[in-house]
Amino acid sequence: MSLINLTIDGVQVQAVPGTSVLEAAGQAGIKIPTLCYLKEINEIGSCRICLVEVEGARTLQASCVTPVTEGMVVRTNTPEVRQARKLNLELIMSNHPQECLICPRSTNCELQQLAAELGISELRFTGAMSPYEPDFSSPSLVRDPRKCILCRRCVSVCENVQQVSAIAPQERGFDTVVAPAFLEPLGNAACVNCGQCALVCPTAAIHEKDQTGEVWAALADPEKHVVVQTAPAVRVSIGEMFGAEPGRVATGQLVAALRKLGFDRVFDTDFTADLTIMEEGSELIKRLQEGGTLPLITSCSPGWIKFIEHFYPDLLPHLSTCKSPQQMFGALAKTYYAQKAGIDPSNIFVVSIMPCTAKKFEAGREEMNGSGHRDVDVALTTRELGKMLKEAGIDFNSLAEEEYDSPLGISTGAGVIFGSTGGVMEAALRTAYELVTGETLPDLEFHAVRGLEGVKETSVNLNGTTLNVAVAHGLANAREILERVSGGQEYHFIEIMCCPGGCIGGGGQPIPTDREIRARRAAGIYDADRAMPLRKSHENPAVQALYKEFLGEPLGHKSHELLHTHYLARQKY
Amino acid sequence: MEMYRSHVLVCAGAGCISSACKSVQSALLEHIEENGLTGEVKVVETGCMGPCDLGPVVMVFPDGVFYRRLKPEDAAEIVSEHLLKGKVVTRLLHRPAGNDKQVAGFDQLDFFKKQTRIALRNTGVINPESVEEYIARDGYRALGKALSQMTPAEVVEAIKESGLRGRGGAGFPTGLKWEFTARAPGHPKYVVCNADEGDPGAFMDRSILEGDPHSVLEAMAICGYAIGANRGYIYVRAEYPLAVDRLEIAIGKAREYGLLGDNIFGTDFGFDIEIRVGAGAFVCGEETALLASIEGKRGEPRPKPPFPAQAGLWGKPTVINNVETLANIPPVILNGPRWFAGIGTEKSKGTKVFALAGKVNNTGLVEVPMGTTLREIIFDIGGGIPAGKKFKAVQTGGPSGGCIPEDYLDTPVDYESLTKLGTIMGSGGMIIVDEETCMVDLAKFFLEFVQEESCGKCAPCRIGTKRMLEILERITAGNGRNGDIELLEELSAGIKNSALCGLGQTAPNPVLSTLRYFRDEYEAHIRDKKCPAGACQALLTYYINAKSCQGCGLCSKVCPAEAIIGEKKKPHVIDTDKCIKCGTCKQKCKFDAIITV
Repeated sequence: MSLINLTIDGVQVQAVPGTSVLEAAGQAGIKIPTLCYLKEINEIGSCRICLVEVEGARTLQASCVTPVTEGMVVRTNTPEVRQARKLNLELIMSNHPQECLICPRSTNCELQQLAAELGISELRFTGAMSPYEPDFSSPSLVRDPRKCILCRRCVSVCENVQQVSAIAPQERGFDTVVAPAFLEPLGNAACVNCGQCALVCPTAAIHEKDQTGEVWAALADPEKHVVVQTAPAVRVSIGEMFGAEPGRVATGQLVAALRKLGFDRVFDTDFTADLTIMEEGSELIKRLQEGGTLPLITSCSPGWIKFIEHFYPDLLPHLSTCKSPQQMFGALAKTYYAQKAGIDPSNIFVVSIMPCTAKKFEAGREEMNGSGHRDVDVALTTRELGKMLKEAGIDFNSLAEEEYDSPLGISTGAGVIFGSTGGVMEAALRTAYELVTGETLPDLEFHAVRGLEGVKETSVNLNGTTLNVAVAHGLANAREILERVSGGQEYHFIEIMCCPGGCIGGGGQPIPTDREIRARRAAGIYDADRAMPLRKSHENPAVQALYKEFLGEPLGHKSHELLHTHYLARQKY
Repeated sequence: MEMYRSHVLVCAGAGCISSACKSVQSALLEHIEENGLTGEVKVVETGCMGPCDLGPVVMVFPDGVFYRRLKPEDAAEIVSEHLLKGKVVTRLLHRPAGNDKQVAGFDQLDFFKKQTRIALRNTGVINPESVEEYIARDGYRALGKALSQMTPAEVVEAIKESGLRGRGGAGFPTGLKWEFTARAPGHPKYVVCNADEGDPGAFMDRSILEGDPHSVLEAMAICGYAIGANRGYIYVRAEYPLAVDRLEIAIGKAREYGLLGDNIFGTDFGFDIEIRVGAGAFVCGEETALLASIEGKRGEPRPKPPFPAQAGLWGKPTVINNVETLANIPPVILNGPRWFAGIGTEKSKGTKVFALAGKVNNTGLVEVPMGTTLREIIFDIGGGIPAGKKFKAVQTGGPSGGCIPEDYLDTPVDYESLTKLGTIMGSGGMIIVDEETCMVDLAKFFLEFVQEESCGKCAPCRIGTKRMLEILERITAGNGRNGDIELLEELSAGIKNSALCGLGQTAPNPVLSTLRYFRDEYEAHIRDKKCPAGACQALLTYYINAKSCQGCGLCSKVCPAEAIIGEKKKPHVIDTDKCIKCGTCKQKCKFDAIITV
């Protein structure tokens, strides 16, 4: 392909056709400020901050949506350009509450940062402000239209990456607001609570529902025995809240930090991830042997569950009946653990630290009370935990590593990899292979199901039976697989994770989360797996003991009561 | 074929319909029947004839007598006197401003005499619901000629050579647009008619759609042939129900006659048209927003490039032409590009339809050759300013345009001259204002409009126009601050330079042009807290002229603020501290004793 020659700020630049002026400038080391732009996701030119002068053009051009052309002459740093950028930013700020000091995104706000970068030192424009009130109706997310700058990143993510379209611009002109159709509250919309919107929001216009208060209260309550579980993906991202590189494995420090916060027991969701493999693997083998509904589709991801409930209710029989590891943990904490520790389950308060906003919704689902109590009392996001640690003055990075409590803190590498796309599939294959063939896996890493490609497929030979498996992450990819299933393509087992990259890219993870950060967190997950002495779920001694002492066998009566669930067909509108 | 000795053309444009032309028409029909003339006189319901202010209007042919402001009770006399006895009913004739006599023949009236009707050639002449009448006036001959005697490239060439430019606002050469689309890779291609006319006071396109819908259908088919498209869409606003009805009838008839559909005129070429009704957003007149709306998405502009010629409807090459542009196509093909290029000025060929509105005697629709001066349009055709008031300015181009003051009335109207004056041709709205109009208030009106109609996508338009409007609101309320003019100028320049689409980029124009020609009015509002035109209520002070006041007490009775006191039969006074400037006293005073300063 022949390259396109252009001049940016007097520098000769070559770029491949289709490159935007913004990218071409970036390649030449010239930084153009942006606000609404989100590479490959939101390229709509709405904020008019990345303006540049293009010789021959009638007006300034938004560099994010202007493709390079042969002989183009671009200037990114003229007085006119700087003035226009500043004016547009001042206008955006004139419709933004000046509440930085009390804002959940303070110091991590792109608008705040841009105002500093462009040297805005005065609020010259004042006037009417957005007339919409915050929306607290969703159990997972808070919409605050007052802080919305209408960059529409959330809309693009919801519509294109997730293909859920729960939110879109409503009304017009100054009254434009990003909201569910007909300005319905988010809690009534076909929103799957994935929180990808919150992850890309440059301000605090959409953020997780803050439940740290409930956890502080439980920790302070002498009657309560407060236990905490940590999702696999949190250990490779929590460090980012304290300036660490994405993907650094901080499991031991995470445990130490949680103890310092005052939790009575620090357990690991990886334990119930291993347990999930036992239950779900058995379910797969049973369906294969007894002619049950195939393909079997995983059920760990609550955003994905709500998605299929809203948009593909006909396919619900394909879902595994297994609860997610979070919910299995809650059910066991208030039964098995309560018995073992001799604590009245009504005094046990289960907190989970999740990379996820949909887990808040999941914890509140009516049917999640197999123990006779609400399985999980509060699900916090990685970001909320980071805030609590900061508030408590815990210097995360300097903590000495500590170990999880037993027995619900004992896990294998198979449990850890649940945190990345393909992980559940790989963990299941590790166990299924050995259980079905009775042989030891020669190589327990299934690289075909790893990585950030949207849809991954492979086949595995189990004693002469070929198992066709597929993995999808991000709901647009999930849709694609479901269409293939509806179209008759033969699969036996499918892993679907709601968020791009799986849980490491979850809506509750530190901001920013982008493609590169996801890749680094995934690498951290596989590092953690390799560092584990045991890497197959069925080898987890605590899981083995659980079956022996309490559950009996996979898919047994107790499992059915505590670890399995049912689903609900929901409306699209 | 039935022959009639007389045709009575009843204007059924939306203006005349709202002044009850339908009951005039029924009354005429009734009396024609009563007098046994049914077989001799044919009543034809036409589209808009133009002089809307005079409606309901009727023309009687073959004599060409023009009757105006008719009431149903006038029908009897027209039938018994004119149609039966051949006597013109003088009292129902029009007397143009400044004339001492009534004028009978429509062709004697300046309003019609000074016009050249190409786009409006059939509007007000034929029954828009009759394809036969369109065909009788050479309708579909241009399509026949294109299909049978010209190659698609020759059609494109003819349009290029004619010099026809887009009548929707920007004036882009139509032939070039067709050529780009014809050459663009991709299939299928589409022809879209932009009938989302939305400028305040503009109704050129509506009148064509209502009065001559087939001209648009024929032109779209010609365009389809030229660019290689087999499908067209007409995007028409829902506020034009009559236009939608007449288009639907026309499309049905054209299909029935084989003028739309497969194998038109026995050739391999097929073309069909669908109507898409807009939902009331002004921004959908912007072509990329219009396309999004047809596709079922929120009507919002997207950045260009790619232009619709490369990636338009559903990402396919698309020609988007405005109604009036299309209405010019059949005559260009039929009479040849040179004929068309012979009309108008060097760079602006042909004619332009204008909708005259505001403070002008003959409000209505006119079509004049490009290059006609504003003075001719406003004073000769438009009949000048009513009630002896003084002309102040004319606003062209709607909310994207600007105003032109008296000094430039002799400017020939074409794309370039108007741009030079700081306004645009736009789609053809002309709003005339007189000395009693405040120019700051006028700018505020247009800004209110664009603010309301901004799609909300880009920050400068969404927020910038709001802040400009807020500044104008405080200026007209007497709260203007030093520096407000400079702030308006800064915002205008910024929004023009950085908004995403044409709507935003032109939104500051009304402010900029009023600042250019009437800056002193802004200054008077801000510095002296006075509105020189006496239009901004908040800046007026009400007084009672003691010499005229009869002491009737009516003003004091109606004053809601109890600000007027006085003894019976003695001059009253207004307590200016209490006065809320509502103007009720001035309206009610029978002696014109209440004055404002």
